[in-house]
Amino acid sequence: MLLIKGGRVIDPASGRDEIGHLVLENGKVREFLAGDPPARFQGKVISAEGKWVVPGLIDMHVHLRNPGYEWKEDISTGTRAAAAGGFTSVVCMANTNPVNDSPEVTRHIIEKALREGCANVFPVAAVTLGLEGKEMADFSELADAGAVAFSDDGKPVENALLLRRAMEYVRPFGYRILSHAEDAVLAGGGAAHEGWTARKLGIPGIPSAAEDVAIARDILIARQTGGKLHIQHISTRMGVDLLRMARRAGLDVTGETAPQYFTLTDAALEGYDTNAKMNPPLRGEEDRMAILEGIQDGTIDAIACDHAPHESYVKKCEFAVAANGIIGLQTSLPLSLSLLAGGKITPARLVDLLSVGPSRVLGLRGKGSLAPGADADITVIDPDAAWEFRPEDVLSKSKNSPFLGWKMRGRAVATICGGRVRHATIAGVTADA
Amino acid sequence: MEWHRRHVLGLSDFHPEEMEFVIDTARSMEEVLTRDIKKVPALRGKTVVNLFFEASTRTRTSFEIAGKRLSADVVNFSSSASSVSKGETLLDTARNIEAMKPNILVVRHSASGAALFLSRHVSCSIINAGDGQNEHPSQGLLDLYTILKVKGKIAGLKIAIVGDILHSRVVRSDLHSLGRMGAKLWLCGPATLVPREMERTGAIVTSDIREAVRGADVVIMLRIQLERQKTSYFPSLREYSRRFGLNRDIFSLAKDDAVIMHPGPINRGVELSDELADCERSLVLRQVESGVAVRMALLYLLAGGSHVAH
Repeated sequence: MLLIKGGRVIDPASGRDEIGHLVLENGKVREFLAGDPPARFQGKVISAEGKWVVPGLIDMHVHLRNPGYEWKEDISTGTRAAAAGGFTSVVCMANTNPVNDSPEVTRHIIEKALREGCANVFPVAAVTLGLEGKEMADFSELADAGAVAFSDDGKPVENALLLRRAMEYVRPFGYRILSHAEDAVLAGGGAAHEGWTARKLGIPGIPSAAEDVAIARDILIARQTGGKLHIQHISTRMGVDLLRMARRAGLDVTGETAPQYFTLTDAALEGYDTNAKMNPPLRGEEDRMAILEGIQDGTIDAIACDHAPHESYVKKCEFAVAANGIIGLQTSLPLSLSLLAGGKITPARLVDLLSVGPSRVLGLRGKGSLAPGADADITVIDPDAAWEFRPEDVLSKSKNSPFLGWKMRGRAVATICGGRVRHATIAGVTADA
Repeated sequence: MEWHRRHVLGLSDFHPEEMEFVIDTARSMEEVLTRDIKKVPALRGKTVVNLFFEASTRTRTSFEIAGKRLSADVVNFSSSASSVSKGETLLDTARNIEAMKPNILVVRHSASGAALFLSRHVSCSIINAGDGQNEHPSQGLLDLYTILKVKGKIAGLKIAIVGDILHSRVVRSDLHSLGRMGAKLWLCGPATLVPREMERTGAIVTSDIREAVRGADVVIMLRIQLERQKTSYFPSLREYSRRFGLNRDIFSLAKDDAVIMHPGPINRGVELSDELADCERSLVLRQVESGVAVRMALLYLLAGGSHVAH
C-alpha cells in the first residue's frame, strides 16, 4: 500500500483537478480521497503538498538502442533516465540491430525491461523487414509478442503502395502505423533546415516541403484506406496544418511533436553545434510558433522527445557527418512545463500531452488515468523546482543534448511505476529496490 | 593596428581595418616577390602543415610557395575526407599532426565548419583554406586585393558574381570582404543555385546575367561543376552556358573599364568564353599572384609578425 498525500491530483481522463490523496494497492490505483488524509495508514506515505500528482508520464518515441547499440544506451540506463525525468512508460522504436521485425526481438526487449527496467517499456515493431521498405513484417505475430504499434522510424516508408497495403491490411486489427514522414529524395542529403542559418553556414538544406509532402501523402493514404495513422516528430508549420485538416476531415490521424521543436530553432546551429543536429531538423521561428499553436488548440496529441542517444565521437566531428538526434528523457518534462508560463496551456492539457494522449494514441490499457483500477503509475511533479541540467546529472549512457547547462523550472520529484517508487527526490522517500 | 587573431577561419567577423591591415601586409610581401631572391627569413624555424582533405593543387601550391618564401618548413598532408564510418576521424588526424608540433595548420575540408571545429580542439593556429560551402577567407582577401590594385577602391563599385552561388565558399567570403568594403554586389545564377535567402546579405539576387553585368565594374565568374547538372540543378552545360555564360556580347554591357575575375579552374566555353578568359581585361592570373602575397601575409601575421621588414 502506498499513500500519496495532500497533492494536487490532476487526472484529465476523469476531469479531476483538486487537492486530495491517492491510495495505491497491489500495483493499481485503489481510490482518491478528498478532505483529511486517512488517520491510520499501513504502508509507505509520500507527502505531496504543493506538488502535482498525475498519471505516469508516457514518452511514445524513444530509442533505447537495445539490442545492438548498447554502447549508446541500454534498457537499464534509458529507463533510469526516463524515471528520473518523470516517465513511467516509454515506447521504443524498432531501429535496433537486429531490427525489431521479429517476435524474438520484441520479446527480448520486453523481458529485458522486466528484469532491468525502471519504467514500462512498450516496443514498436517495424513496418517492413529490416526497415528496408520492401516487405511487410508479420504484424500479428509481432503484436501478439507485445508490439504496440508499427513504425520504420529513422526512415520513411518510401514506397507509397507498400504503405497503403500495410495500412489497409492492419486496419481490421486496429493497429496504428507511426510515420517518420520524410521525402528522402526531396530532403536530398541535407543536414539542416533550409533557411537563412543553413545558407549562411553553407550547410546543405532540408526543405520543410520534404516533411510536408510526406505528411500529406501519408494522410491521403490513411484517407484512402481508413487506416490509423500517427505522424511522428512534427517540426513544420504546414505539418501542423495538415494534421489539423486531417482531424477536421474525421480521419483517425494523430500526431506528436518534441520539446526541441517548440523550444529551439535553427539558430541553435550557429557555430556548427552538432548537438543541435537532428532529423527532422530544428526549423524556423514561424514553425516553432505553429507548433505551439497546435499544442494549444489540441491538434497535437502528444509530446514525445525522440530520445536518441549517441556516443561522443559521432557528435564530436564535422557537422556534415555528425549523427542525428539528441537525448531528451530528463529534459522533456521541464521544457514542456515552460509551456504553462503565460497561460499558454493548462496543467491538465500538459498531462494530456504527456500521458493521456500517448495512451489514447497507442491504446495502452490502464495507462494515462488515475481511475480506480488503473495501473499504479504515478508521477509527482514539483512545478516550481529550479535546477540546472548538468552533464553529471545525465543518466543516459550518452550526453548529446543541446540543453546541457540550461536553467530549468519544474521536475519530477517522485516516479512510481506499478506501485513501486522508481525515482524520488522528496525528503523522506526512498526508491524501492 | 595590432594583430590579435590566432586563427583565420572566415571573414564573417573581420573588420574593414583588419582586412586593410592584411592587404597592407600583402603589399609588403609582394615587394619580396619582385626581388631576385624571393625569400625572407621571417618564418625560419616555423612549421606550416597543409592539411588537405580535398584535392586542390592550386590552393595548396599557393600556400606552400607562400610558406617557403617566408622560410617556413612546409609539409603537405593529403587525405580523402574523413568520415566516422571510414577509419580515422578528422579530430584524430588533426591531433596526430598537432603532436608533431606544427605552428600553423592550413586546412582544406569538404565539410562546412571543419576549420572552426578543429580550432576548438587543437592548440596551433589554423588557416581555413576552404571548408565545404562555408568560407574561403584567403580567396576573399585576394579578390579584395586584386580589385584594389586595379580600381584603387571598393566602395561604390558594382560587382557581379555569376554562377553556382549556393555551393560557393568563395561567394560567402567575398560577400564579407567586398561587401563590407562597400561594393554593390549582385549575385546571379540559375534559381536553383542562387538561394533567395542570400538577399539577407544585402546583395541583389537575379537570374538575368544581362541585368547583373550591366554597368558592372567587376564580373566574377564562378566555376560550374558538371556534377550539378547530374543532380538536376540545370538541364545541361549547353543550356547553362547560353543563360549564364559570359561572352563578349554580354560583357559589353559592363563598364568600359570593367574587369573579369575567376577563382579557377576555368571551364572554357562554359561559364567563360575562350576569348574573354585570355583577354587583357581578365585578371585571372593577377588573382593567382595576389594569392601568394595574401597567403604570405596571413602566415606571417599568425606566426607573430607585427611589422614588415623591407
